[in-house]
Amino acid sequence: MTSERHAAAPASTPSFRFLAAAAGYATQVFAVADAEVRKLRHDPWELLSRAVQPVLWLVLFGEVMAQVRGLSSGTIPYLDFLAPGILAQSVLFVAIFYGISAIWERDLGVLHRYMVSPAPRSALVIGKALSSTIRGLSQALVIYLCAAIMGVHLSFDPWRIALVVVFIALGAGLFSTFSLIIACIVKTRERFMGIGQVLTMPIFFASNAIYPIDLMPRWLKAISSLNPLTYEVDGLRTLMLRGGESTFGLGHDLAVLIVVGSILVMIATRIYPRMTE
Amino acid sequence: MTMPDEAPTPDRTQIPSAVVETFDLTRRFGSVTAVSDVSLTVNSGEIFGLIGPNGAGKSTLIKMLTTLLPPSAGRAFVAGFDVMTQPGEVRKHIGYVPQLLSADGELTGYENMLLSSRLYLIPHSERERKIAAALAMMGLLEVRDRLVRNYSGGMIRRLEIAQSTLHRPAVLFMDEPTVGLDPTGRHTVWNHVRELRGDLQAAIIVTTHYMDEAQELCDRLAVLHAGKVETVGTPAELKAMLGPTATLDDVFAALTGGEIESGGGYRDVRETRRSAREHA
Repeated sequence: MTSERHAAAPASTPSFRFLAAAAGYATQVFAVADAEVRKLRHDPWELLSRAVQPVLWLVLFGEVMAQVRGLSSGTIPYLDFLAPGILAQSVLFVAIFYGISAIWERDLGVLHRYMVSPAPRSALVIGKALSSTIRGLSQALVIYLCAAIMGVHLSFDPWRIALVVVFIALGAGLFSTFSLIIACIVKTRERFMGIGQVLTMPIFFASNAIYPIDLMPRWLKAISSLNPLTYEVDGLRTLMLRGGESTFGLGHDLAVLIVVGSILVMIATRIYPRMTE
Repeated sequence: MTMPDEAPTPDRTQIPSAVVETFDLTRRFGSVTAVSDVSLTVNSGEIFGLIGPNGAGKSTLIKMLTTLLPPSAGRAFVAGFDVMTQPGEVRKHIGYVPQLLSADGELTGYENMLLSSRLYLIPHSERERKIAAALAMMGLLEVRDRLVRNYSGGMIRRLEIAQSTLHRPAVLFMDEPTVGLDPTGRHTVWNHVRELRGDLQAAIIVTTHYMDEAQELCDRLAVLHAGKVETVGTPAELKAMLGPTATLDDVFAALTGGEIESGGGYRDVRETRRSAREHA
């Protein structure tokens, strides 16, 4: 009887089974990301409060630093130079929060529900990474608005905006997964709070986000060239500004973010289950 | 070909009736042996209780059977699959209601169910109907669009049970299902567990340190002490070992050599109290 039931099932050819598995995987990734988006819809206050910080950076830090003559940002005005850097920074800061939320979910028991489900661990990791993209995009909206008001020479070419979305997705995914890995290692909120600060500040300052790499001493230049945020900023700076030019090449930026991101997803997939042991 | 009396469950023809079997299952943490050579068999349609003081190894055993924790030695089969080599298959066939708060308070009851239905790949066409039926069974239909953080403890437990049984598992694990609930809440949960046993024809494995729960709910009990199974039997059999007037409390004290509330580290106490507080 079992065999007849199987025979009656829709064509179980290898390609059909592959498609079914891929669709299932996508459903599981979407399930995780969608749950996060629904939480944001129930409580948008968090998104609004997170938008304050980048605006402060642009308005206060940006306007003052624009007066500093030694801070040469090349041929473009300093505010133009800064806006993509602040976008990358706020994506980083939002993404780093994912580690804390992972620990929180473990402490509550919500994570156990995910871990006993048949969803592959990688689907859970990618779902979380995807949801941090949504948060990152909401930050981008605020920063574009603020930058436009401040007279930054933004490009609104649809192709460039589409690529900005891709860069935000890659950056948010990469740093949220990095944060998840740290959370899996340190395991408690208290330790994460300490280490989160210790990690985000160097990632931010050892990058081209708020000043050109040319200003850095040699050793810092070396560090910043290993820093994924540098490539995130370079990509965003190229795409967000009218006539923006890439230092490393967009392809190079994309490749770095994709390779580093994929490696981090693989590591996270391996160690995420340790959180519920 | 379809038989009229065929159970409306997923294809279970491959699943043995001894739906959980462990052979010398062992878990060590460093030099501490949390679970030691546990060999158990649990059958479909049975409510099986794991009782023992805090730190007896109940939670560690459950974590190994739900694939959250790899065993150090021994083997375990759940729904016919090896927890070590086929964890993905095991997960498809089990439901787990952790002691901690596993429903997401920032989502509504319906959204929690939706999340589970997607993680378990319940076909799109059946989702809404199954979610509505499960919520109705647990008496949560009216509050489906309310955020779970506004639910009472009993409602949250019922939602978690609904989430864990939407895919009609062959084995349902429940870790201290009524901790922190008031007497009414506890009886409601017990009734639902019995209903599910009839409905799913699943094995339901319950850990508890409440002897009234063990007595009321469980068909058979295993008494765990210091990581070992001291004895297995029906509540009546266990009591009969000690004499005609013995209670389960007496059995518990005799087998574990301690009082029910003894044992347990800071972490156990903290987690129990927290879940008690949040479920209250």
